[in-house]
Amino acid sequence: MIETLRVGAIIVLVVLGLFFTFVSATGVLRLPDIYSRAHTASQADTLGAGFALAAVALAIGWGTTSYKTVLLLFFIFITNPTAAHAIARAADEQGIEPWTTDDDRTDRDLYEAADVEADGGVAVGGADTPGGEPE
Amino acid sequence: MTTTPPLAFLTGDIVTDVFLGAAALFMLLAIAMFYRAIKGPTTQDRVLAVNVLGTNTVVVLALLGAGLGEPSLLDIALVYALLNFLMAVAISKFTVERGGVL
Repeated sequence: MIETLRVGAIIVLVVLGLFFTFVSATGVLRLPDIYSRAHTASQADTLGAGFALAAVALAIGWGTTSYKTVLLLFFIFITNPTAAHAIARAADEQGIEPWTTDDDRTDRDLYEAADVEADGGVAVGGADTPGGEPE
Repeated sequence: MTTTPPLAFLTGDIVTDVFLGAAALFMLLAIAMFYRAIKGPTTQDRVLAVNVLGTNTVVVLALLGAGLGEPSLLDIALVYALLNFLMAVAISKFTVERGGVL
């Protein structure tokens, strides 16, 4: 009886983890700008990973390896929102504006409106950034 | 005549199948992150996509460690989670010229 309960709880936790990770993946793929994507990545993904790791800890049982899983769970709960916060703050420092509902610009337009350098060091927004062709 | 009780299929054998199947589905969701990592458009979008991909990889490693019965994969998952966090914070600090990110 207790074994049936344990296996049922494991399956429920794995399905919940899959659901929240699916929500997170959909959000990162479909939300309009970097800030809302960081939002879904920090919340839904942390919860999905937490549920899946709780299922793993429950399956391994009370032992010497189970505490590693619990440690991993707490570590992800602390570091994942921190990383998303750092990423969103880096975007804010670069001057990328948040998208609002009465805004018909895409994330590409918002990126080009910000005065940042593209990956190859070529200026996208402003024309007077250093590193261009000498006069 | 014996009747099988309901929920009799919930034995320990099914847990391995559930973990391996869930690892495959998590892998698919991780591969979907490559779309955002390639398309961008901002550098932070790419870093965020790789960060979510790394979190999914940690979960896949833990699920495989439990499903295949290899506890050493949990150690690899711990190291991977550490490196994933360091990567996100380091690139975030690196892309900003001045000012603290954290």
